[in-house]
Amino acid sequence: MIPAAFEYYRPQDMAGVLAILEEHGDDARVMAGGHSLIPMMKLRMADVPHLIDLQDVGGMSDIDVGTDSITIGALVTQSDIIDHAGLAAAAPILREAALQIADPQVRYMGTVGGNVANGDPGNDMPGLMQCLDATFTVVGADGTRDIPAREFYEAAYMTAREDDEVLTTVTIPTPKGGWAYEKQKRKIGDYATAAAAVQITKDGDTCSSVSIAMTNLSDTPIYSEAAGAALVSTTVDDAALKAAMAAMLEDIDPTEDNRGPVAFKKHVAGVILRRAIERAWSRA
Amino acid sequence: MSNKLHIKLNVNGKDEEFLAEPRELLIYTLRERLNITGPHIGCETSHCGACTVTIDGKSVKACTMFAAQASGKSVTTIEGIGGPDNLHPLQEAFKEHHGLQCGYCTPGMITRATKLLEENPNPTEEEIRFGMAGNICRCTGYQNIVKSIQAAATEMNAAASSTSEAVGSKEVEAAE
Repeated sequence: MIPAAFEYYRPQDMAGVLAILEEHGDDARVMAGGHSLIPMMKLRMADVPHLIDLQDVGGMSDIDVGTDSITIGALVTQSDIIDHAGLAAAAPILREAALQIADPQVRYMGTVGGNVANGDPGNDMPGLMQCLDATFTVVGADGTRDIPAREFYEAAYMTAREDDEVLTTVTIPTPKGGWAYEKQKRKIGDYATAAAAVQITKDGDTCSSVSIAMTNLSDTPIYSEAAGAALVSTTVDDAALKAAMAAMLEDIDPTEDNRGPVAFKKHVAGVILRRAIERAWSRA
Repeated sequence: MSNKLHIKLNVNGKDEEFLAEPRELLIYTLRERLNITGPHIGCETSHCGACTVTIDGKSVKACTMFAAQASGKSVTTIEGIGGPDNLHPLQEAFKEHHGLQCGYCTPGMITRATKLLEENPNPTEEEIRFGMAGNICRCTGYQNIVKSIQAAATEMNAAASSTSEAVGSKEVEAAE
């Protein structure tokens, strides 16, 4: 419950953030909503001698819904996502997923940027962003660079972001067609036993494109290109669904924990993917 | 030992200024520094919501925020919602409908419910259960908490319509 002592900074702009990161290196960490970092600090699982609170850094709290793409500032909260009517119209899967993350209090504080940058495979937004083919923009001493969500996650808590970089923006190509974020969990606020993000389009009765990503079934989110390929040019009938489930199971690598043994997680992953595809297809 | 920070809070309408270590969690500021002991601590993993307060219009678990983060902001606790002589309709309804037993979750429950009803003055049962999902109760089984919030909503809406106030409504829906 009691975090170790640290120095606290609340810089007013990104230059101030980067200066502190540069000065203290690995000993400094940025904090957005604080709802993953503070719990880890309270358990002394995160040691953060220099804590940089991002709340006063401007320009990272906007949601811009453009014609072809959507940009979401890293400090946009989960409740901002849920409340934004334009976003709900343009990319309804975001709202559907955000409502399945944590609980009301946590959603007022927890941010999109923190969720995707955290690197915990339990977080829901990383898989969602892989499904949507999002791009993460990070800024560091050498300027900004873009990293595709599908290339961002390397292992549990290991991402392509360097320690001296700050994730500032998530950019999403405006999604098309039907959508679903289906999550199996033990209770409100739990990380998924298995979850699936699906975005799918149809041409007549035939699936023309589909994107599938799975949450908390490996040490990173899993974008399953093969699962998608099993559905394209089909009518999403039972055989195609089974082929997609089988392909997805080849891509995941769950581990046993309190949510169940590996065999159970694989079973649930298949069930959840089937439900997600069926619901997304019904909306396409 | 880290440097102490100069922190300013407005708590239940009163300005507070003090020096605190950066690691001081807001729940300890309230309880131990300011003797505002309504908000409680029920866990160390940010699940239970017994520490819920309202900060600048958001329901926040005060165990998962440093006082330094809240500096410059307004905090409302159960003590600022109403007292024995001027019970808030939610406090009255929790009493009337047996929405509490041991009373340990109650300050967080009621503080959260004030915000829920502000956002959604006419919640369905499902919306109440979903909107209160960040608050755990060991005693009631939740049923009477739902009834209490429904009763308070009815009471507050009647009072609002009798004074012809425009009530802002925001949809809060359940995902499951």
